[in-house]
Amino acid sequence: MELNSKSPTGPIETRWERHRFNLKLVNPANKRKYTIIVVGSGLAGGSAAASLAELGYNVDCFCFQDSPRRAHSIAAQGGINAAKNYHNDGDSVYRLFYDTVKGGDFRARESNVYRLAGISLNIIDQCVAQGVPFAREYSGYLDNRSFGGAQVSRTFYARGQTGQQLLLGAYQALERQIGFARGIVTRDLISGKIESHFADAVVLGTGGYGNVYYLSTNAKGCNATAIWRAHKRGALFANPCFTQIHPTCIPVSGEYQSKLTLMSESLRNDGRVWVPEKKGDKRAPSQIPEAERDYFLERKYPSFGNLVPRDVASRNAKAACDEGRGVGESGLAVYLDFRDAIERLGASVIKERYGNLFDMYNRITGEDPYKDPMRIYPAIHYTMGGLWVDYNLMSNVPGLYVIGEANFSDHGANRLGASALMQGLADGYFVLPNTIGDYLASNKFEKVDASHAAAREAESDVQAVTRKLLDAKGKRSVDSYHRELGKIMWEHCGMARNTEGLKHALALIPPLREQYWSDVKVLGSGEELNQSLEKAGRVADFFELAELMCRDALERNESCGGHFREEYQTPEGEAARDDENFAYAAAWGFQGVGQPPVLHKEPLTFEYVHPSQRSYK
Amino acid sequence: MRIILHIWRQRNASDKGKMSRYEVPDVNHEMSFLQMLDVLNEDLIVRNEEPVAFDHDCREGICGMCGCMVNGMAHGPLPGTTLCQLHMRHFKDGDELYLEPWRAKAFPVVKDLVVDRGALDRIIAAGGYISVATGSAPDGNAVLVPKENAERSMDAAACIGCGACVAMCPNAAAALFTGAKIAHLGLLPQGQPEREQRAIAMVAQARQELFGSCTNIGECEAVCPKEIKLEVIARMNADFIRASLTGR
Ligand SMILES: Cc1cc2nc3c(=O)[nH]c(=O)nc-3n(C[C@H](O)[C@H](O)[C@H](O)COP(=O)(O)OP(=O)(O)OC[C@H]3O[C@@H](n4cnc5c(N)ncnc54)[C@H](O)[C@@H]3O)c2cc1C
Ligand code: SF4
Ligand code: FES
Repeated sequence: MELNSKSPTGPIETRWERHRFNLKLVNPANKRKYTIIVVGSGLAGGSAAASLAELGYNVDCFCFQDSPRRAHSIAAQGGINAAKNYHNDGDSVYRLFYDTVKGGDFRARESNVYRLAGISLNIIDQCVAQGVPFAREYSGYLDNRSFGGAQVSRTFYARGQTGQQLLLGAYQALERQIGFARGIVTRDLISGKIESHFADAVVLGTGGYGNVYYLSTNAKGCNATAIWRAHKRGALFANPCFTQIHPTCIPVSGEYQSKLTLMSESLRNDGRVWVPEKKGDKRAPSQIPEAERDYFLERKYPSFGNLVPRDVASRNAKAACDEGRGVGESGLAVYLDFRDAIERLGASVIKERYGNLFDMYNRITGEDPYKDPMRIYPAIHYTMGGLWVDYNLMSNVPGLYVIGEANFSDHGANRLGASALMQGLADGYFVLPNTIGDYLASNKFEKVDASHAAAREAESDVQAVTRKLLDAKGKRSVDSYHRELGKIMWEHCGMARNTEGLKHALALIPPLREQYWSDVKVLGSGEELNQSLEKAGRVADFFELAELMCRDALERNESCGGHFREEYQTPEGEAARDDENFAYAAAWGFQGVGQPPVLHKEPLTFEYVHPSQRSYK
Repeated sequence: MRIILHIWRQRNASDKGKMSRYEVPDVNHEMSFLQMLDVLNEDLIVRNEEPVAFDHDCREGICGMCGCMVNGMAHGPLPGTTLCQLHMRHFKDGDELYLEPWRAKAFPVVKDLVVDRGALDRIIAAGGYISVATGSAPDGNAVLVPKENAERSMDAAACIGCGACVAMCPNAAAALFTGAKIAHLGLLPQGQPEREQRAIAMVAQARQELFGSCTNIGECEAVCPKEIKLEVIARMNADFIRASLTGR
């Protein structure tokens, strides 16, 4: 299959403008004749649904929570990037573009990234106008902070609740437009009713798949079901192995652990990461003198220090723990210390900046980070991979659009902090509402209804899966299987990967999947709210996706960004890319459960930012 | 430690429902309240009993999904804390806890501890927004917002829409929730043009949803996990009265 990215050519600064001009428009009076389904009400889905409704389309928006305001985007803490250069510190659209392509380790499309950087300016304007209470300086102007992977201050924030405030902005815009809720097939979570919905175009903004690992910073309900079922019906899945590990999360405390809590990356602005110089040093942190502490990020990367990108920070923390210098009971943690910042700025400034994060840390661990350093460890956080989309954000299935974390665009092999919110809102407010019209205006649609063969087939598939899960009547709970799958993935397809481990995982997953289908125990019925049944369907999809992730990781014989293959590293232990052989996006086609998928390659070319070994030294 | 739980079990909206007693024998101090319920549910599954349905998602105190009454207190005994952020180190061996769903006419029970809070969305839909079309906004720094106002606005905007204020209020009023949105937007220059209209529409919607009237008891403020202050209700009343007087 020839993948046509529809990426414009010519001067990069005007690519989007020229492309937009060439898109067909839908006559305003005709817009209400089209129905668009938006699955997802996060930053991407919510902003898209609100903007499309505003344009006059008929929009149906779906989510799995009891209110669109609860989408996982709400949990984003740190901030959102925009190249406003309000601080005159040398920022520009070009620099944000450059940082993002480089941060992504040269595995994203230049055209997309440049468009994203440009749109970042409009996003801030839009959100301010909606009433997002961004942090201000005393003068009343917008304030900024710095984030990893950048040397300028371009991150806008609303305390530690930026995602919440941006999402409420989109949610309120959505509520203004549509009373909250057509083809997709859904199972009504409360009544169990299976229904088909029909539309002229479908938009998936269903978020990332980090929960494959069971333990992650994602909300418990985050799932891959919508994108995975689209994949099984023909949509290509790109770069599934590109997952991001976040360096600063609260470490695991026990077997009952149900999820991991992120401590925002913004903390690395003022917190210093260290471990004891000596192995197995069990003294309390306050007892360890300055000379016996190793501030390993500052030591190894003097120019970026604690603000190196996430993949670099995570790997270095893991390395320190692997050497036996980890702290805390499990030895799987490093310190994030605010002592010096508190001395320099005073506790009240630190409280103003991070108060709610410190409170959260205290609530979870019972420890006081104003006195003792935080203990942190990397955890699965974000998935750069997702359904393959072209420059218009349409998948290879005509009329199926994918936005936000659910698609693979823009971040390459590693996402920079504060760039996911930016991408979700860019896709939803500014890109999709422009590009979807071109598809609608260029095609003729015949009416389909519930009697259509494809709809009947999809409905009966959903029914069959539900039956099969309820009828297995086995011995083990859904969670116990999910936990086991998660462990395999974290161990072999996590922070560091190698051929042997990946092959091992690929040998373990299929039998476990088979066992799951015959031995899972789901109580209750399909006719009313059944949270175990919801989970069971999601975990079934995770099993299949996990296998694809391992295959993709095994196939990519290089290290890049979040994908670190131990066999491919520089003498200093940094990721060693292989641009000659792997400068492409890997877009996989589904061939059947347990069947090897087919690989399509979209070559990536770099005309502006020339691939180089990333260096943050 | 051992914890004894009495939990409201109700199959669906039309079922009558009753309290059932359970024991969780090995509760670890480091566990969160919801992790304890996870452990109970795993155990129920082993014993072929249907697990307890409860809402949750982020488990970080921000999505507003979780919450139930714990011994008569919404979100349990710890101030400023959602149920998911409440940890078992605040309980002791042998404690007996009664868990019930939010009780309010406007929040019908869906199953066990899960209720339908759609009424809160409809209050927002009535006027909890600033009408700005995508793409029409001026530069972000074109409108200055005094830091003090931005901070106070943010204090109110921190509401997570959990509904604890309603559950705790003897009148089942949604005044703290509604007032929080009115204060968030009303404290910003961008929110001024629609300020009066907003108050009228949102208050009217709350009434239509069968929420009660506020009689200044203050239980809501005491249990609000985001510590939203009663002054937002005063603001709401002031905006509402001014709008009524000017006849808008
Ligand atoms: C703890 C945390 C902190 C973060 N902090 C930051 C930050 O500071 N800055 C930043 O830029 N990024 C941050 N991120 C990343 C960022 O929050 C996410 O990538 C982004 O919000 C994803 O938005 P989305 O709209 O694509 O998806 P989501 O917000 O995940 O929304 C998904 C939507 O799809 C719906 N849905 C999903 N599956 C189904 C289904 N099967 N059927 C029906 N509906 C479905 C859900 O109900 C939901 O409405 C953070 C992430 C985490 C986990
Ligand atoms: S005001 Fe407080 S208690 Fe009420 S919904 Fe908002 S956060 Fe919950
Ligand atoms: S689960 Fe999100 S607030 Fe408790």
